[in-house]
Amino acid sequence: MKEIVLIGLNHKTAPVEVRECLTFSGDDTASALDTLKQTTDINEVMLFSTCNRIELLMTTEERHHAVQIAKQFLADYKNVPQQDFETSLYVHAGDDAVRHIFRVACSLDSMMVGEPQILGQIKSAYRLAAGKKSTGVILNRLLHKAFFVAKRVRSETGIGDHAVSISYAAIELGRKIFGSMEQKQVLLLGAGEMAELAVEHLMQQHVSDIFVANRTFERGVELAQRFKGHAIRFEEIADFLQRVDIIISSTGSPEIIITADDVKAVRRRRRNRPLFFIDIAVPRDIDPKINHMDNAYVYDIDDLEGIIEDNIEDRNREAVKGERIVDEAVIHFQKWYESLDIVPTIVALREKFDTIANTELRRTLNSMENLSKENRAALIRMKDALVNKILHDPTQSLKSNGYHRDKSYFLDTTRKLFRLDD
Amino acid sequence: MVSYMDLIIVITIAFYLLSTIGYLAFLFKQQDYFNKTGLYLLIVGFVAHTIVIIGGFIKQSHIPVSNLHETLSIACWSLAGVFLAVQYKFNLKILGVFAAPLITMIMLVAFQLPRDPVQTQNVFSNFWLVFHIAAIFTGEAALALACGVGILYLLQERAIKTKKRGFFFKRLPSLDLIDSTGYACLVVGFTLLTIGLITGFVYAKTLWGRFWAWDPKEVWSGITWLLYAALLHARITTGWRGRRAAFMAIIGFGLLVFTFLGVNFLLEGHHGIFTQG
Repeated sequence: MKEIVLIGLNHKTAPVEVRECLTFSGDDTASALDTLKQTTDINEVMLFSTCNRIELLMTTEERHHAVQIAKQFLADYKNVPQQDFETSLYVHAGDDAVRHIFRVACSLDSMMVGEPQILGQIKSAYRLAAGKKSTGVILNRLLHKAFFVAKRVRSETGIGDHAVSISYAAIELGRKIFGSMEQKQVLLLGAGEMAELAVEHLMQQHVSDIFVANRTFERGVELAQRFKGHAIRFEEIADFLQRVDIIISSTGSPEIIITADDVKAVRRRRRNRPLFFIDIAVPRDIDPKINHMDNAYVYDIDDLEGIIEDNIEDRNREAVKGERIVDEAVIHFQKWYESLDIVPTIVALREKFDTIANTELRRTLNSMENLSKENRAALIRMKDALVNKILHDPTQSLKSNGYHRDKSYFLDTTRKLFRLDD
Repeated sequence: MVSYMDLIIVITIAFYLLSTIGYLAFLFKQQDYFNKTGLYLLIVGFVAHTIVIIGGFIKQSHIPVSNLHETLSIACWSLAGVFLAVQYKFNLKILGVFAAPLITMIMLVAFQLPRDPVQTQNVFSNFWLVFHIAAIFTGEAALALACGVGILYLLQERAIKTKKRGFFFKRLPSLDLIDSTGYACLVVGFTLLTIGLITGFVYAKTLWGRFWAWDPKEVWSGITWLLYAALLHARITTGWRGRRAAFMAIIGFGLLVFTFLGVNFLLEGHHGIFTQG
């Protein structure tokens, strides 16, 4: 019986120096699959590689041999001595391999639990392998189940809820204030990676206008072009407070740029519309006193980081639920996998035919009341012979190895054809 | 006949109670089906309640407001109706957590009160009286919701301002949605209150020959009306919103409850007969 085996390494077992030596690009993966497919001890195979993990999933009859081949292959293909990465490798087989791949797909094994990219990465790796026909009945089923479980975990637990980056945390807060960010106007003070990222995320929320104020006007113009916004001069900030709704600030200024008085001055003209300040700068650009004013909200970098910490804790709590769903799925998969064994399939097939024949025979006998005992016995004998004869060839075919290479394919087809799993 | 009515009242209360449980489950569990269940149970309760009201109407051939039991019942029915309308318009799910328990509580209090109609003297049922009562009750229901929405606003605003977030942050919608719902409740409530007062004047004129009698209820209604008028005026002219508006909506409703009940118990006047127990 074939076994599911997974060999790989990830951010927990291998440092980045090791991972980067073993990363497979899309083309690498394709040619690797071509090579691995040729080996006799590996039946089905797929490979996926992200910046945090490299995993090789396969089915084999000879576990130890297959693992050796895989290790050797990694070393040869990537030109890295085996001992450099051997200690970082983990090998899972059977249920453990199934559980591992489910957990990875559900983002339970990710560096940031619940991050959504991993599922897409596995999907495309699977598509590549399926396109090369290097996966078969078992891996196809396994991966489809993995996608299904991942979807379930995402919808039934809060694993993907709540932002775990500064810019998303800011947007989440904005939504709690404004409802929708649509048609809101944004003012960016200064520049910086985090602030720019926040503006980009706001653009995805369809904010209407973006204004950029920078000490050096040229840099402001440059940024404004990138965000399809307007550059304004630093001296104009106070005037623009009247228009905008969201202010993201990240200047290198040692003193405060927007004071409580600035806000007080425009409050009436703004007709008390809410103002949301996101202050990413250290030292701070926005007077914290503004937060005490009505309809004005100030969040600085520490506040946002506090939110992220809370959210990560939430996600970890939700991950426990995710693990339960994965365990359930592993048990389900295990059931199907065991059914691929020959004996249960033959037994199930026979049971099905016996049931049908017995039901029909009983029905016939009931309508023929004046039949003699001998006649009845003859009919029963005929039924048994019929079932035996019909099942003889399929049973032989399933038992023998000579007719086909991939037993699991025939078993799976048989079970589907006769609906043995219903 | 009476026992039938009692049975329907009990059914009404039972459904309101179940609805409250549904909404509380929604508050804690955050599963949408709890919210839906709460809403549907409330609708069933509201239908049963409507039958009770119609029954009272047929029996007395008059709006059933002849004692405190019936008055509270009608107030509660209006609240349920206005809540359903607001729910339909704004889909402010969390509002049920405020409205359903309030409705249930009022109904339970009403149920405890004696149901014999108080003999009314000098009250003639006419178009103006019916209009007066209907407008006042619906308006008060809307203002009760404005108060509830105001409380929600204060909770959510506090969660955002203190940066503590906590229990309500996740469960409450955006400040913007809460604020505009509150504003809508306020506009509807104020408009109906105004209509109610005007029709009351007209009715007073036809009955007693004068518009205004310095009846305590009239005076306090006037004060309440002025407070809401000031609030709306500030909103329209300077965009007064947020925390202070929420506070005012809550204070306004407190005043309204006093006008509704307190005046009758503490002060004398020609509205007293409607709330005698």
